[in-house]
Amino acid sequence: MARTHVTTVVNGDETEFLTEDSTSLLNALRDEVGLTGAKEGCGTGDCGACSVMVDDKVTCACLVFAPEVDGSTILTVEGLADSGELHPLQQCFLEGAALQCGICTPGFLISAKALLDRNPDPTETEIRYALAGNLCRCTGYDKIIRAVQEAAREMRGQ
Amino acid sequence: MAVVEENPGYKWVGTRPIRPDGLEKVTGKAQFGADLMLPGMLFGKVVRSPHAHARIISIDTTAAEAMVGVKAVITGSDFPDLAANGAHPSEIDVANNTIAREKVLYEGHVVAAVAATTRDQAEAAAKAVEVTYEILPHVLTVDEAMADDAPLLHEGMITKGVDPAPEEASNVASKILHERGDLDQGFGEADAVVEREFTTKPVHQGYIEPHAAVADANSDGRAHIWCSSQGHFQMRAYSASVLGISPGMLKVTAAEIGGGFGGKTVIYLEPLAVRLSQRAGRPVKLVMDRDEVFRATGPTSGTRIKVKMGVSKDGKITAAEVWMAYEAGAYAGSPVGAAGMTAIACYDIPNFVVEGYDVVCNKPRVAAYRAPGAPMAAFAVESVLDELARDIGMDPIEIRLANAAVEGTQASYGPKFPRIGFVETLEAIKDHPNYTAELGPNQGRGIAAGFWFNAGMMSSATVHINENGTATVVTGSPDIGGSRQSMALMAAEELGIPYESIKAVVADTETVGFNDVTGGSRVTLATGAAVVDACRLIVEDLRARAAKTWDVELDQVEWVDGQAQHAEGAQPPLSLKDLAAKSGRTGGPISANASLNSRGVGAGFSTQLCDVEVDPETGVTRVVRYLTAQDAGRAISPDYVEGQMQGGVVQGIGWALSEEYIHDSDGVMENPGFLDYRIPVASDLPMIDCAIVEVPNPAHPYGVRGVGEVGIVPPMAAVGNAINDALDVRMTDLPMSPVKILEALNDQGD
Repeated sequence: MARTHVTTVVNGDETEFLTEDSTSLLNALRDEVGLTGAKEGCGTGDCGACSVMVDDKVTCACLVFAPEVDGSTILTVEGLADSGELHPLQQCFLEGAALQCGICTPGFLISAKALLDRNPDPTETEIRYALAGNLCRCTGYDKIIRAVQEAAREMRGQ
Repeated sequence: MAVVEENPGYKWVGTRPIRPDGLEKVTGKAQFGADLMLPGMLFGKVVRSPHAHARIISIDTTAAEAMVGVKAVITGSDFPDLAANGAHPSEIDVANNTIAREKVLYEGHVVAAVAATTRDQAEAAAKAVEVTYEILPHVLTVDEAMADDAPLLHEGMITKGVDPAPEEASNVASKILHERGDLDQGFGEADAVVEREFTTKPVHQGYIEPHAAVADANSDGRAHIWCSSQGHFQMRAYSASVLGISPGMLKVTAAEIGGGFGGKTVIYLEPLAVRLSQRAGRPVKLVMDRDEVFRATGPTSGTRIKVKMGVSKDGKITAAEVWMAYEAGAYAGSPVGAAGMTAIACYDIPNFVVEGYDVVCNKPRVAAYRAPGAPMAAFAVESVLDELARDIGMDPIEIRLANAAVEGTQASYGPKFPRIGFVETLEAIKDHPNYTAELGPNQGRGIAAGFWFNAGMMSSATVHINENGTATVVTGSPDIGGSRQSMALMAAEELGIPYESIKAVVADTETVGFNDVTGGSRVTLATGAAVVDACRLIVEDLRARAAKTWDVELDQVEWVDGQAQHAEGAQPPLSLKDLAAKSGRTGGPISANASLNSRGVGAGFSTQLCDVEVDPETGVTRVVRYLTAQDAGRAISPDYVEGQMQGGVVQGIGWALSEEYIHDSDGVMENPGFLDYRIPVASDLPMIDCAIVEVPNPAHPYGVRGVGEVGIVPPMAAVGNAINDALDVRMTDLPMSPVKILEALNDQGD
């Protein structure tokens, strides 16, 4: 069966892989590229656990066919830290106990980064709506919202 | 924070450091069930029944087996007949739920499984398995299942707990009964009596990680399983039973677990993956889709509950009568037993009858869900108590204080309570600013309380001192919500070394002693006690080594702040680091094991205060303010105690307002996805305020009570009572969706 050759930049590195046309970006990242940070919670775009950035836009990787990202730039949770130095969101999630089981955490970090990239000073309500596409069943969201608020403060230098 | 007893000077217990497994989880490195890839691994897919109740006439796997890339196809006939081997009925049910034999009992019941070289091939092969069914009539609710002429799921099922035993089979698996005093006399003494009937739908635990298992079988019958579960020892036992082999043939490694809430204490995929791997001679990964999770795992019971209670003018409950029927799904085992024991356990009631029925029906077999059985019963009882308080003009906190169980109260389920903190949770609510916060238009305030036993059970731990004086704490309790942090904090406190010098890990079934499941809010309590025991053995050993080094009697050596000190200061202290460096000369490696049956569980109580705003035009309810007060005994790790409290509350809010299983008339689930099965999202909620109450459990070295479960018991009644306060409508059917609230408002207008 002929497979499609895809060329992308993943977390700053030029990355090539072969894929079936019907394979999701999520399965290609997990099975072909070996990055398992993005998770499948539903496969229907309802839970956000597979959130990645495709050309700076938050995307459910389960809803995109892998060949569609040819030529795109992708950021996954594995690319958030810079040479081992954690992103302020990662640090604030750790310090604020904003995770319990941790399965939704990669998706929340990506969605929160996308929010803070476009709005460095969001209100609580703006954070809650920006993260409404990411489901967490453990925390009740309280500590996640606070961690994003804290990271935003730090990133603004306050 | 309402701390009832001062913290007795702990250095680590009660602090908020970063959790040991946090870094892996914020960087994407943590390995969950579906993340493992092995060389040559195949992808599996399960074939499920489209019918709610049917006899399997034949399964033809020929076409599937002939497809490209397909390496194995299995059906029920590939597993031993446990009934013929004389297995316990509960084991037979587990096996039949894992893969159906003669009959399928719910939509989603497994009938076959395949393994192939790619996901697509496995899916195509699963579709090519041809199953011929004879469709049977089905029952979906307790009402249908208990009807006189109901079709039977299990033809030989005679109701247990009834004397004399019924002669005819039914769908009622068992009856439970608790009674005390004289109901007639109790109701005769009442100045106000309220009687109501409540219904709730099945709801799912809703963990974000679907079930996943990888198995790698050897030709000698041994196999290695990696799976996300709440108890890999339990997975080993169940899998061995279904496969008909000795547990020692299986090694089970606990992957990181992406939520469970009780739903991952049971097996679904593991024995199937092992059998497929044996047939194919290659590792096999099985991962459920979300719709499979909804159709075939969990949920907890739908129920019908009737409550009648009476109070005197001064607020004393004089009598309570509770009747409840809980759906078990396809096999006996609903949590009605726990429901019967917890329903009125918050209160000291002289006269009561609590009667319950465990009822099978053609839905997925229920699994444990956070305080299993208690939340539905509390919804009913706490709603009625709220109404009684209104009838006699009493504050809802005061009526609960007037009846609250305290130390020495004989619990409704039998034993006398040891020291408990229910009253303290009620007072913590009263003392909080939320209690007197002003309410706006269309807003209302509700209060409810809840009880959960918490579990103890068996745990093991091993502590190793490394050559540089750091320590590794090894347990076999999968960490579902931060328990590795609790283990490390208690070990730091015992050993007197920094938290950062301790690594807490979860080991596989061949590397640490037996541990029961991570469930019943038991890990910090029981596994924590094993860690404390092991650390104390280490300290004894270290003292002996110091005594030997100094050539003094053991009683001359004290262990203080991580170092051996001579009682009279005659020797310079020896730190753990010093002693570790000398271990080769003082008796060899320093390590200790401890295994225990939990010595004493601390009952858990929670009281919650909920403010809602209801839009009378749309019927939409929004929670605007929420406070939960819970007795943690001692919060070893306050961050994660709050996390448990907040998470339980929000699951309860979902149960109250939006979550439910919806089946069509054929018994097919209509909402098996997160779009239509609506769990709360961030924009639905306010912050969840926490008041940790600490009334230490006398039976634990640090006073720990389980904290994981009781938080989900009060929310449905708290929300319902708040809606009633806002609109003067009593909601008795969950979820309290907009359409039902509008209907209630319309009825009120009539």
